[in-house]
Amino acid sequence: MNALLRRLGAMTVDGVWRLGFMARFFFALLRYSGQSFRRLPLTIREIYFSGVLSLLIILVSGLFVGLVLGLQGYDILQRFGSSDALGIMVALSLLRELGPVVAGLLFASRAGSAVTAEIGLMKTTEQLQAMDMMAVNPIARVAAPRFWGGVISMPLLAAMFSAMGIFGGWLIGVVAIGVDDGAFWSQMRASVDFRYDIVNGAIKSFVFGVAVSLIAVFEGYDCQPTAEGVSRAITRTVVSSALAILALDFVLTSFMFRGL
Amino acid sequence: MSRTTLDLWVGLFVALGFAALVFLAVKVGSYADASGGTTYAVEAAFDNIGGLKARAPVKSAGVVVGRVGGIRFDSQNYRAIVRLDLDGRYEFPVDTSASILTSGLLGEQYIGLDPGADSEILKGGDKLQITQSAVVLEKLIGQFLFNKAAGTPAHETPAQ
Repeated sequence: MNALLRRLGAMTVDGVWRLGFMARFFFALLRYSGQSFRRLPLTIREIYFSGVLSLLIILVSGLFVGLVLGLQGYDILQRFGSSDALGIMVALSLLRELGPVVAGLLFASRAGSAVTAEIGLMKTTEQLQAMDMMAVNPIARVAAPRFWGGVISMPLLAAMFSAMGIFGGWLIGVVAIGVDDGAFWSQMRASVDFRYDIVNGAIKSFVFGVAVSLIAVFEGYDCQPTAEGVSRAITRTVVSSALAILALDFVLTSFMFRGL
Repeated sequence: MSRTTLDLWVGLFVALGFAALVFLAVKVGSYADASGGTTYAVEAAFDNIGGLKARAPVKSAGVVVGRVGGIRFDSQNYRAIVRLDLDGRYEFPVDTSASILTSGLLGEQYIGLDPGADSEILKGGDKLQITQSAVVLEKLIGQFLFNKAAGTPAHETPAQ
């Protein structure tokens, strides 16, 4: 009993300590961001690795999600004789939920894991300490550019995911099934509000970008400097990113879309 | 990879991202309609607003001319006060009447404005005098059944 309680206490203290360390790490990241922005090519390089290289998986997944939404949406809506509303359904589900969330999950597993692996390996091979010895701040030189690369890439990727998905829904609905083209677009335009749907979706994707990038950079920076430690850190990045995205999505949705 | 190719790819990526955002804003969303232009608010009191929601459209002659800005309850007169944010481009006479209508049989509820004939124009803060409440389907059916029962004597039932 005593041991069990002690274990629980140790776990709690450990968790709180890690959370505090993460918060301090986040503030350090923000503090040294100015320094890293002065060397912009570093951040541009990271946008290339996180954003440009994720482009293919995001676009292809977006297309397939849109195709599925087109098929499923048509199947359900035609029962109520309102297959003209297919555009609304595809656009709203992508802009509000699927775009930010699925793009965020893909981004976490494609780019977040790579960032963790890279920083973890740098730590394992003592490159971070070497930088510190040369009076180069590893947070400004290594962590901040990767963080901002992810934060900038994520909303753009989510927007492309949504656009691609709507194209996919159009392909199935209008080209393949034969829903009226004019009704598809005009109903969509009448119901999708710029401020309410598109901006809120973009805010979601930005928040997910911050969460995923912070988790990825932190897990890499905090990992045990062994081969096993790096692999564990990568697993933790993907798992906690996914959990963070889904939990944050619920919180944000409950604030943004309450039907007034 | 050389610096310039990298810059080119990132530039292409960012441009694509913004192109997607513009596509969503212009083609998918109604950015042009919600241009954030000036609006003016007028109020209307209804006995019953049915299922009217904030942000529901306000239409005149079928054209969207504004949105429902807010709904509150007037505890003095026990009526619902609806604020209408009307587009500044459109002007209406002061004796315009507002009614709560339903688009289609099951569609959303909206407010229809029927312009009056007065030469004076509605300004922000004005109150619409003539309003017509939402039709509550249950009441309508109840009334219909009641009239039917009252209007047909028992020996003249169509069953014969």
